[in-house]
Amino acid sequence: MTEKQRERRLLQGNEAIVQGALAAQCRFFAGYPITPASEIAEQLSMRLPAVNGTFIQMEDEIASIGAVIGASLAGVKAMTATSGPGFALMQENLGFACAAEVPCVIVNVMRGGPSTGLPTSPAQGDVQMARWGTHGDHPVIVLAVSSVLDSFTITVTAFNLSERYRVPVVVLSDEVVAHTRESVELPLKKEVEVVDRIAPGMPPDWYKPYQEDARGVPPMAAFGDGYRHHVTGLVHDQDGFPTQNPQEVEKFHQRLAMKITKGLPDIQLTKKMYMDDAELFVVAYGSVARSALRAVEEAQKVGIKVGLLQLITLFPFPRRTLTPYLQQCHSVLVPELNLGQMSREVQRVNQGQCTVVKQNRVDGKLITPQEIYNQLVKLSDG
Amino acid sequence: MPPSIQALTHRYLRHNKRFPHVWCPGCGNGIVMGALLRAITRLELEKDNIVLASGIGCSGRMPTYLDFNTLHTTHGRALTFATGVKLANPALNVVAIMGDGDATAIGGNHLIHAARRNLNLTAIIINNSIYGMTGGQYSPTTPFGATTTTSMYGHIEHAFSIAELAVTAGASFVARSTVYHAALADQLIEQAMMKPGFAVVEIISNCHVQYGRRNKIGNAVQMLTAFKEQAVTVKKAATMEPEELQDKITIGVLTDRNLPVSTDEYKRIREQARAGQEKR
Repeated sequence: MTEKQRERRLLQGNEAIVQGALAAQCRFFAGYPITPASEIAEQLSMRLPAVNGTFIQMEDEIASIGAVIGASLAGVKAMTATSGPGFALMQENLGFACAAEVPCVIVNVMRGGPSTGLPTSPAQGDVQMARWGTHGDHPVIVLAVSSVLDSFTITVTAFNLSERYRVPVVVLSDEVVAHTRESVELPLKKEVEVVDRIAPGMPPDWYKPYQEDARGVPPMAAFGDGYRHHVTGLVHDQDGFPTQNPQEVEKFHQRLAMKITKGLPDIQLTKKMYMDDAELFVVAYGSVARSALRAVEEAQKVGIKVGLLQLITLFPFPRRTLTPYLQQCHSVLVPELNLGQMSREVQRVNQGQCTVVKQNRVDGKLITPQEIYNQLVKLSDG
Repeated sequence: MPPSIQALTHRYLRHNKRFPHVWCPGCGNGIVMGALLRAITRLELEKDNIVLASGIGCSGRMPTYLDFNTLHTTHGRALTFATGVKLANPALNVVAIMGDGDATAIGGNHLIHAARRNLNLTAIIINNSIYGMTGGQYSPTTPFGATTTTSMYGHIEHAFSIAELAVTAGASFVARSTVYHAALADQLIEQAMMKPGFAVVEIISNCHVQYGRRNKIGNAVQMLTAFKEQAVTVKKAATMEPEELQDKITIGVLTDRNLPVSTDEYKRIREQARAGQEKR
C-alpha cells in the first residue's frame, strides 16, 4: 500500500475554511446568506451530509448562532460564517456562548462598514467588535487569517482552542483572503491535531457542570449523555443554577477571565519575520500582513533593519510577545484597513517606549506593499 | 388515574435547586408545568432523553426547576437553540417552552420559520397577554383597548391569535387550551409530543398580577373562571358566526396533518450525499 501523498490544490480562502472546519471534525453548520461569506455555507451544505454532519440555513443570523450553540450543547462541533451586518446580529448569543461556556466557531469575513457599508470590499473594521461586541465582561478569542493556507490551519486552531477552553472563537477573514485563489498543499488527515472537549468522568450524580478543573475549564457533558444539567445565560453557580450571591457572581466572572489568562501561552499566536535585529517593525494582520511582508522584504534589500510581527491572535492581545520589541525598536508601524483599531492596542501596551505610527485605509482598497515600503523608508530616516 | 402531584414532584423537580420558584401565587405557569409533566409521565419518556429549552420571561424559568437536560436561552430564541439540539441529536425529545412576547414578538420570526421548516419539535406557548416579569407592558397578544403599563390610554394595536398563526405558518399539529382546562392541556401536550413534525400547543394563562388587576378582571380564580366561560370547542366554534366568536377562546386541536418532517428528510439527504461521494 502506498502512503497517501499531499495534493496541491487551487483553493480560495473561503474553501480553505471549509476544509479546515471538516478537518477539525466540525459536523454542524447553521448560517444565513451574506457576501462575502456565502461560499462557506454553500460548500458545507454539500459536504456535511456526506460525513454524517448537518447543514441548515436559518431565517437570520440570530437564529444561526442559536442553532450552533444548541448543536454544540448536544455534543457536536459547530460553526457559522457571516460578514459584518450578520456578525452584529449574532452578538447577543455570542455572549450566551461566553457565559454558558459553549464551544463554537464564528467566521466573520469582514467587509466595509458600518451598516450595509461597502459590500463587498475588504476592510478590517470589525476587529474591536469581535472583542467587545457583546455586552458585559466576557472571554473571547479572536484570530485573523491572511492567506488561503492560514484559512485552513487557523480554522483548525479555532476549533481546537474553542474545545479546549470552552469559549467561542471568532475567526476574522476579509474579502481579499476569502476570494483570492492560491495553490496550497493541505496537510493530510493524520497530520492535523484535533482537540475535543473533555467529557466528565465522574458518575452523573457527582457532576457539577461548572466546577472547574486545574485549567479553570469545567468538563462538558452533552445533552443526552445521562448528565442532566441546566444551562443558562444568567450568572450561575457551579451547579449551573442562577445566582445573585455576590461571592458566587464574583467567582463566575473571575473564572471565565482566568481560564483564558491561564492559557495565554497556548492562545496567543504570532508569526515573526526578521525580528531578531530589527530596529523598526510592522505589526499587521489579515490581508494587510501580506502587503507588509512584501514591503519588509523590499526594505531589507536596501539595508533597512525592519521586521514583521504578524498577529494571528488579535485577542487576547499578545502583549508579552510585543513588549521586548517595543523596547528594542525605535518605531512600530501599524497598517490596517480601518481608522486605527489595533494600533490602539499597540499604543496601550507600548507605554511610551517606542513611536507608534498608524497607517490606515478605509476606501475599500488594500494597503499596497509600496505604501508600506514608503512609510518604512520615512521611519528609518527619521 | 393521573399520577399524584407528590409523585410528579419527587420524580421531576430538582431538589438541589434552591426553591422557592419565581412565579407569583396563583400563576398559571405551574398548571402548564404540571400538564407537561403528566404528559411526559404518560408517554413514559426517559428524563435523560428530554431537552427543555426556554427563552426569557416568567415562562423562561421553568427549565430551571425540572430534572431534564435544560436550556434557558436568550429572549425569543428558544426555538433556534432547540433546532440545533434536535438536528445534532434527533433521538432527543426536544420541547421549547415560551411566553407570548417571547414566542411572537422578539421570537416571532423563529416561530413561523420553525413551523414552516417542520422539524420534529414541540413548542408550548403560555399566552397571558402581557409581559409579566418586566412589569406588565403590552405584548403581541394584548387585546385592543386593554390597559397595560405601556398602554395606559388603552391599547391601540390588534392581538395575534397564536394558534391560528401557527396553522397558517405550516405547523403539523396545533392545539389550544387554557389553564382552566388542565386535563385538556395534559392531553394536548401528550399528542403534540407524539406528533412527528412541528407541534404547537398554545395555553391561555392568567397573569392576574399584571393583567387581571389592571383590567378589572380580578384575581387568579376569577380569571380562570372567565377562561371557563369564554372557552368553546373547535367543533362548536365551527358552527358559530365570527361576531359570536369575538371574545371566545377556541380550544382543542386546530390542525393535525401529516407533512414531510425535515429531521427525517435530512437522513435521505445524508444518504444521497454519501452515495454521490462514493461515486466520485
